[in-house]
Amino acid sequence: MDLHLALFLIFGAVCVAGAINLLVQRHPINSALSLITVMASLAVEYLLLGAEFVAAVQVIIYAGAIMVLFVFVIMLLNAGEEARTGGSRIALVIGVPGMIVGSTIVAWVLLKRSGTGDVAIGSLPGDPKTIGWLLFHDFLLPFEVTSVLILIAIMGAVVLASRPELSSHLEKER
Amino acid sequence: MVPLSYYLVLSGILFACGILGFLIKRNIITIFMSIELMLNGVNLSFVAFAAHWQHLSGQIFVFFVMVVAAAEAAVGLAIIIAVYRTRETLNVDQVNLLKL
Amino acid sequence: MLSIETFLIASAIKIVIAVFVLLTAVAYTVWLERKVVGHMQNRWGPTRVGPFGLLQPLADGIKFIFKEDLTPPHVYKPLYIAAPMIAVICALTSISVIPIGNAVHIFGHDIPLQITDLNIGLLIILGITSVGVYGVALAGWSSNSKYSLLGGLRASAQMVSYEISLGLSLVGVLILSGSFSLQEIVAAQSGSWFHIIPKWNIFQGQFVAFFIYLTAAYAETNRIPFDLPEAETELVAGYHTEYSAMKFAMFFMAEYANMITVACVATLLFLGGWHGPLFGPRILQDVLPVAWFVLKVVAFLFIYIWVRGTLPRFRYDQLMAFGWKFLLPLAIANLVVTALVVALRS
Repeated sequence: MDLHLALFLIFGAVCVAGAINLLVQRHPINSALSLITVMASLAVEYLLLGAEFVAAVQVIIYAGAIMVLFVFVIMLLNAGEEARTGGSRIALVIGVPGMIVGSTIVAWVLLKRSGTGDVAIGSLPGDPKTIGWLLFHDFLLPFEVTSVLILIAIMGAVVLASRPELSSHLEKER
Repeated sequence: MVPLSYYLVLSGILFACGILGFLIKRNIITIFMSIELMLNGVNLSFVAFAAHWQHLSGQIFVFFVMVVAAAEAAVGLAIIIAVYRTRETLNVDQVNLLKL
Repeated sequence: MLSIETFLIASAIKIVIAVFVLLTAVAYTVWLERKVVGHMQNRWGPTRVGPFGLLQPLADGIKFIFKEDLTPPHVYKPLYIAAPMIAVICALTSISVIPIGNAVHIFGHDIPLQITDLNIGLLIILGITSVGVYGVALAGWSSNSKYSLLGGLRASAQMVSYEISLGLSLVGVLILSGSFSLQEIVAAQSGSWFHIIPKWNIFQGQFVAFFIYLTAAYAETNRIPFDLPEAETELVAGYHTEYSAMKFAMFFMAEYANMITVACVATLLFLGGWHGPLFGPRILQDVLPVAWFVLKVVAFLFIYIWVRGTLPRFRYDQLMAFGWKFLLPLAIANLVVTALVVALRS
């Protein structure tokens, strides 16, 4: 049991515990906080694989911006706890055993094919310089396209979330 | 030294939990968060394969997945706010008619 | 290179010293602020407790410990207790990647004056700042009070908006130094032109970036002129309305620790870190870089406190418009100009 395996198992257990907690909790703010812990432990897993820049970006963007947005919306809309309806009970009874069986089969197949080799700790160092070079040379087109995508998303979010008076004001101006 | 299959199994478990959350939860925001959990599981398997095949494109692709997740979260949450304003509920079972 | 046992022992000692020094620095920053603002308002500030009021932070600490710790009845208990802890943890963790001087030679080992030097040190600080928003947002929501919720939402929206300009203003420095590691950024600022003008980044063309960073830092740490979310006359006390005694002290400490971290980062990135004239015997040459670093950090904190005593506060919509419509385009313009100059020079 070397250090790599021990760290992987500890943070993997935190990830899975967070994911199950997200499913079990009734109040969305608890689910949001569990998702944040999942993301933070995933950042540690990325560090174990040597992807340091990706780990930092995961914390800054995913856990520090996207999840803040989720927490904002939960606080603003002040949604209470979730109610148990008939549809959700059926989904629980059928879905949980089905998904457990399905993922056990997939995990079994993956673990049996042990010829895929090992991954050493920090084996592919993803330092910012190399990633920056790749991002701006080989992957320049997807980079520019995603920046246009974000621009479209910003415009869409501003229009969708604005007050109805604003859109009716725009209607009157036409 | 951790076998690659362990990383893939962890990624698969996170993905399965995401799908499960998508199916059994009734609050729109929690369903959205399960989608983010699925995307995170996929990110982990990208980085694990990048380390296995010693090719940095896997880590680059994680960026694009994160960017798409951010754009989707922004627009999706704006839609959720708009739905809440008109229907006064966040329960998907009650948003089942086009008429208000 | 240090062996793993030496590294662990050295790190443990450094962590204890760093936390102790940081907490004392927080206490005396509060004293400095009360004295400076008092003198600016033509009054003395604390003078009664100890000479020049120097024991006032100790008295305040004892008061906070003995105050009654109220928990209002309808708060969401787990988050109510966890939120100040998140704020303090994030405020104290950033100090782990900040170097304060050259490597010292003790007991035959070269020990860097930094708890850990990461390749992505600056990104870690930005990441911890991003996570620190949760302390404020969750405190505002869990207190189950209108003032707290509004204050918490406003404060976290403000912090998230100004984080972008903060990060972009630092990218100019990164282009000049070529690395995220704080040791290398400081090393790129050594030396001077004509032996008089030091090669600090603020003189190497990042003057505008320094002021963008300064302004964004005021907004990040919720200080005047951007402290509407916690202004007494506006929202009672904003997100920490319902907190008392030790939990309130934790928010207070977190705010001042964030100020000190921001001042340290500004010193490292713009003001040349610990570089300054070195003279004297060997032991003095080891201590002088630390003294220069501390001097620059105190100067930055003095500017912070000076602005607090001078300017009125922005209204919330003015604040958000300033961040998005003025500061962000200016930071992007600074980035473009810096990148052009560096590309044309090489």
